[in-house]
Amino acid sequence: MNAKQIDQQQLLKDEKDPLTHTPVHLLSLESVGKHYGNIVALTDVTMAVDNGRVTCVLGDNGAGKSTLIKIIAGLHQHDEGTLKIMGEERKLSSPREALDAGIATVYQDLAVVPLMPIWRNFFLGSELTTGVGPFKKLDVQKMKDITKKELADMGIDLRDVEQPIGQLSGGERQCVAIARAVYFGAKVLILDEPTAALGVKQSGVVLRYILQARDRGLGVIFITHNPHHAFPVGDRFLLLKRGRSIGYYDKKDITLDELTAQMAGGAELAELAHELEQLGGHGDIVKEVHGEMADVAPAGGRAG
Amino acid sequence: MTMTSTLTKPAVADERVAKRNPLQKLLGRPEVGALVGAIVLFVFFASVSQTFIQPNAFATVLYGSSTIGIMAVGVSLLMIGGEFDLSTGVAVISSALTASMFSWYFSMNVWVGVVLALVVSLGIGFINGWILMKTKLPSFIVTLATFLMLTGLNLGLTRLIGGGVSSPSISSMDGYQAARAIFASSVNIAGVDVNNTVFIWIALVAVASWVLLRTKVGNWIFAVGGDANAARAVGVPVKATKIGLFMAVGFCGWILGMHNLFAFDAVQSGEGVGNEFLYIIAAVIGGCLLTGGYGSAVGGAIGAFIFGMANKGIVYAQWNPDWFKFFLGLMLLLATIVNLIVKRRAELK
Repeated sequence: MNAKQIDQQQLLKDEKDPLTHTPVHLLSLESVGKHYGNIVALTDVTMAVDNGRVTCVLGDNGAGKSTLIKIIAGLHQHDEGTLKIMGEERKLSSPREALDAGIATVYQDLAVVPLMPIWRNFFLGSELTTGVGPFKKLDVQKMKDITKKELADMGIDLRDVEQPIGQLSGGERQCVAIARAVYFGAKVLILDEPTAALGVKQSGVVLRYILQARDRGLGVIFITHNPHHAFPVGDRFLLLKRGRSIGYYDKKDITLDELTAQMAGGAELAELAHELEQLGGHGDIVKEVHGEMADVAPAGGRAG
Repeated sequence: MTMTSTLTKPAVADERVAKRNPLQKLLGRPEVGALVGAIVLFVFFASVSQTFIQPNAFATVLYGSSTIGIMAVGVSLLMIGGEFDLSTGVAVISSALTASMFSWYFSMNVWVGVVLALVVSLGIGFINGWILMKTKLPSFIVTLATFLMLTGLNLGLTRLIGGGVSSPSISSMDGYQAARAIFASSVNIAGVDVNNTVFIWIALVAVASWVLLRTKVGNWIFAVGGDANAARAVGVPVKATKIGLFMAVGFCGWILGMHNLFAFDAVQSGEGVGNEFLYIIAAVIGGCLLTGGYGSAVGGAIGAFIFGMANKGIVYAQWNPDWFKFFLGLMLLLATIVNLIVKRRAELK
């Protein structure tokens, strides 16, 4: 592989440690590992997130992407390595703690409660109230207005914020979740496979919101298994495989083809073709796999 | 809710919103199926029985409804929160037994027993919720276990302390009359005696509706029932909310337990078995989804009212009350089917 691995120091932007005023990352992981019992889910993963940058985490199913975001989102705790927020070492023990530290997560499937109205979902867990003591009540009108405005700012034109969020399309739901995170002052936005269940057009819409969140100065972590979605919006790329980091690149050091090749694992395809040949009778599939190999080879001539 | 949204509609309405007219909006509410059922049932009994619409008879119907309805408030909230409780029926009796046995054994003012019963009722709710959250077992299993244990404790402890199957009479003890005046007497309204439980019931429904629709906690109740993982991920205290719901059920059980105790002066230790289903039925008829995340306190109240009407209406219509359970089962089936259809149609439009 001719792509050059990332140099951490080079990536440091303007963030300063509040005490020492030395440059720090907004969020950084160093050699982080996690095991469940005797099963090693993640080992030796290093990555960083900065303001106005999109860090993409790529990997196939079971590569450890979920474990990684669960550690950053406070759902699980890491066993090895260090997690630093603004240069300060932390171990997040609950999603609430992660939120308080400015880390918001938009999950692929559990971002929202489907039967609840959009505005209730938008403010869930951070409701606005008026009044005092036992008569403290929800400020319904204000919440509805803010929801409508925030979504309009993100370019989402909703019919009615009173309708159950389950009636929205997958892309729209993702966008509500992103708008929610942005509104509540998230500094780090984790997006778990936001485009996985979406069609081409809807994916494009979500990618645009990712860029919008970035332009607002958020540090974005974009989890995906699709290099074609990651490459156009990402600034740096972490590739995971079987719980390990197999590469961490700056955008200027890697091309889409190289990224795709690393993701698809050319060697594995060759092995698959070999196995199928031995089994015999799968001539057409073998041919297809060979074609695929040609496609993903770093020198392959396929354009984006 | 409908009020505020119509009053403050933006000047330029979105043309896509207009398609959803007020009638459809009304049909989308969880309790509408039950409301239609209640009206049909009321008209039906009013036409077959002259006595049914007499004020006195109607007060009796309301009283019968309130004894189910008070519990249905707590059970509805719990069901919206995604859990259910099989121990409610006997927990009511446990509460009543605690108050009477404690006051009697230590010869104390009955109010001491009443307060202790509240602690015990909230404690039963807390234990149910806590075990559920710790073990992550289904609430069916956990509360079935509490149901059986409480049934045994009620019988066993009553015999051990009082030496019989019912608690000893406490009618001559200090504070009995005052407690009776609160929990089990009637208020005369325009010549009709209306039991206090009816007012307590209405007050509980009002408070529960307000909590559910207008407070943070209400938002959390819908969220933990609708999708507990999503709720947890956005920072809702799922465990505290669910444990709190079980304790709210305990509180309702305490009120009903005190009514049962002071309406007479003793409690049968074997009572209450099977009543838990009546509360659940009231909540389900009222439009609460068994799977959680959807429903209303008013719905549970309408469910209880349907129950009360069917229960007393059969008597006023001079039918054999043997048929009541069949009737109840049929009502449950019809109400849930109507709820389902109404909800689907309203949401599709």
